[in-house]
Amino acid sequence: MPDTTPDDRPHVPSAGHGDVAVGAGVRAGAGVDGGREAATQRASRRGAWPARTWAVLVGLAFAAPMVFLVLKVAAEPAAAVAAATDGRLWPPLRRTLVLATSVAATTAVVGTLTGWLVVRTDLPGRRLWRILLPLPLVVPSFIGAFTFLIAFGPGGMAADLLAPLGIGWGIRVRGFVGSWAVLSLFTYPYVHLLVASRLNQLPPSLEEAARLLGRRPRQVFFSVVVPQLRPAITGGALLVFLYVVSDFGVVDLMRHNVLTRVIYASRLADVSLSFTLSLSLGVLALLVAALERMSTRRDRVAGARAVGGLQVRLGRWKPAAVAIVAVVVGLALLVPVAVLVTWTVRGLLVGASSTILDDPTRLWAPFVATLRVSLVAALVAVVVVTPVSHLAIRVRDRLAATTSTIVVAGFALPGLAISLALVYWLRSTPIYQTEVALVAAYVIHFGAQALRGAEVAVASVPHRMHEASRVLGVAGWRRWRRVDLPLMLPSLLAGGGLVLLSVMKELPATLLLSPNGFDTLATLIWSAASEALWTTAAIPSLLLLAMSGALTWLLVIRRSDAI
Amino acid sequence: MRRSRTLAAVLAAALMLTACSGDETDDTADGASDSGATEAGATDGPLVVYTGRSTELVGPVLDDFSEQTGIEVQVRDGDTAEMALLIEQEGDATDADVFLAQSPGAVAYLSEAGLLQPMSDDLLAEVDEQYRADDGDWIGITARQRVLVYNQDLVSEDELPASVFDLTDAEWAGRFAVAPTNGSFQDFVSALRQTEGDDAAEEWLAGIAANDVQTYGGNSPIVEAVGRGEVEMGLVNHYYNHRFLAEDPDLPSRNHRFLDGDIGSLLMLSTASVVAGTDQAQAAEELIGFMLGTQAQEYFQAETFEYPLAGGVEPLDELPPLSEQDLPEVDYSSWGQDLDSTLAMITDAGLESPE
Repeated sequence: MPDTTPDDRPHVPSAGHGDVAVGAGVRAGAGVDGGREAATQRASRRGAWPARTWAVLVGLAFAAPMVFLVLKVAAEPAAAVAAATDGRLWPPLRRTLVLATSVAATTAVVGTLTGWLVVRTDLPGRRLWRILLPLPLVVPSFIGAFTFLIAFGPGGMAADLLAPLGIGWGIRVRGFVGSWAVLSLFTYPYVHLLVASRLNQLPPSLEEAARLLGRRPRQVFFSVVVPQLRPAITGGALLVFLYVVSDFGVVDLMRHNVLTRVIYASRLADVSLSFTLSLSLGVLALLVAALERMSTRRDRVAGARAVGGLQVRLGRWKPAAVAIVAVVVGLALLVPVAVLVTWTVRGLLVGASSTILDDPTRLWAPFVATLRVSLVAALVAVVVVTPVSHLAIRVRDRLAATTSTIVVAGFALPGLAISLALVYWLRSTPIYQTEVALVAAYVIHFGAQALRGAEVAVASVPHRMHEASRVLGVAGWRRWRRVDLPLMLPSLLAGGGLVLLSVMKELPATLLLSPNGFDTLATLIWSAASEALWTTAAIPSLLLLAMSGALTWLLVIRRSDAI
Repeated sequence: MRRSRTLAAVLAAALMLTACSGDETDDTADGASDSGATEAGATDGPLVVYTGRSTELVGPVLDDFSEQTGIEVQVRDGDTAEMALLIEQEGDATDADVFLAQSPGAVAYLSEAGLLQPMSDDLLAEVDEQYRADDGDWIGITARQRVLVYNQDLVSEDELPASVFDLTDAEWAGRFAVAPTNGSFQDFVSALRQTEGDDAAEEWLAGIAANDVQTYGGNSPIVEAVGRGEVEMGLVNHYYNHRFLAEDPDLPSRNHRFLDGDIGSLLMLSTASVVAGTDQAQAAEELIGFMLGTQAQEYFQAETFEYPLAGGVEPLDELPPLSEQDLPEVDYSSWGQDLDSTLAMITDAGLESPE
């Protein structure tokens, strides 16, 4: 991570993180920069070699899956060339590109519009919309996908509701359209949150000036507001793009043959094809992430949050604005919850033949497994990356900075590519099909989220604290425990919490790497949903929604009170 | 700061919860395998079952087995071909002890590769000779018939196709569904190759692909979609629709059997095998014996509406008796040995409509 100033980075691996990073950066205040400068010069390099060794090991571990894929493809270049020339590579790659680009573009528009509406306008019910609009983050997109299949397909719930009105309904919610709609609805909060928090930091002076000079609100929006928001919008859209290229659950349920789906289907029948496709998926994700980094100017936001802020009167656009946010929230929040509750209740009433209704204790093991692996992964991720951040920021060690970059790249690398590499790499070792391999994949995939937290944490310990402790004779482990840790803990917890949230909802890596007899709530839901066993899928979905909702509340919504 | 303290407290509480419950599950698991070891003489670890049949269907039987014998069972599920390929690729390192397949094709493939081991004659004698492998590598658990499920509100019974080959007619374009990744469909294609030859099989696959066939992930999703009217008809195994109707008798989905002797009315077997090199051959056979026992066979008869093959259990009255049908003849033993070329044939036919 070349630049490490915490408060100039709207571009983060998760929306929640955006708020955490920004919030903590502002809290840490202006003292950090001066303190860090001094720290760099005076930092003790004694004992640096174990830390540097650690940084090298971590870097190697995070780079391993990609290296493995490169080696595998390089070992059989003929197979890769054949796949590229006989039409097995390009069609799925094209579909992935088209889908990811369309969803990123859609969410850029929806997220920007909703963000602007709740922060800068007199939208009726703003406070409520501010809480509701980020919430679809809670819904894992594959749950969104199967609820949409039930709700909007022919003969589905929408058709049942509209039939008495004499309205015929039936759209085939499949393929590209279904995938695009579902992925857009459940990922726009990434853009929305970044845009909203950016708008809160931006002083409204430019907008006021433009209006005083006689610009109409719409002109102000496009000529003044949008350009200032560009880093937030592209940052958010990048997250969405990366999310879509690595998504497996939605495209599989929608039967849209993008890269991930073909990789999954060919992983056993045509191993070399799945390696080739995984490598191209990984390269695509890394390229796009790198391009976005290079192209976005990360300008710093002058000053803290402007008090009061400017409010645009919507006037006759008010009904339209309310309709837009209501439709978005209705589709992304109300529909999934309504479908899940309906099927649970229906299952209870008709006594559906569902293994989970027959024996609800079947939920216990997947519930515990979900909590266990996500907590362990979060803990391991924080412990693994914190020393690297310390080295990269405090000591400005270039080796550690390189490792940080590799860790961040791990987030861009789709979980399916990481887990495919791990499956074949570990197959003949004792940790194959154990939770150790599974946690390793999670840490590689989501370590970047912990890293952001760790960077903010390290930067939030002002060096003058260390001097003060030295004067008072407190040093070493005691100083770390009594001075550093309490200061770092909030950011470390936030980073770890984001890993926790991501792991809870993770699907493809879990499917590939899970031990025998091991289910998380996500894999349980997925296998029931892909068998069209809606009652069996709905009950654990509600449980997962509740878990991820509670955590999102703690991490994202409550922290974005600045919005 | 207050907020982060709340967060810390919640995370700590969650950690403690999992730590405690983790212990509990370990305890019960240990307890179970201990008693299993004494009763059944099982060696190390739980019995690992790779199943191509969904756990929604076989899970209750496996649970009953664990409860009654104390032998812990760990399940890995997926498509039948997927599980077979996984066993093949894991080779000696596989943890799998038992392989449950949706149909015998993938099993013949593993048998050919020497990855299964013969069961004891006592166990094999549980079912009729025609429902097991000559070399003892697999044994039939239940039988199911291929049918065309249709929505009676959308298609009337008398206009339905008489043969599975009619589905390539323009009349049915875009109106029917298959599940290309499903073991039963794959085995139907294998049977087609065996009885009609590779060229005819390829031609049929190309024909339905050109006829805008709709694809789904499995039998249940097809029956569910037919019930809603998303698609009019679909090629599936017979028992899924019985399950759906038991839950909601108002559904308009019905089973249609092709003309007697048509390959579309093929009888499929769900099978069980012991994986070669297992260190738990005895427990594995015990499980398979349990699945052929009266209790499990009654479950398959009454809960999943399949044809029982053992335990003295008769099929439900509502099912057309097998003895009265002129079933298409296939050689189950050699069926599907070339699973990989069948899979390639299905992929190459391009059934999955891309856009």
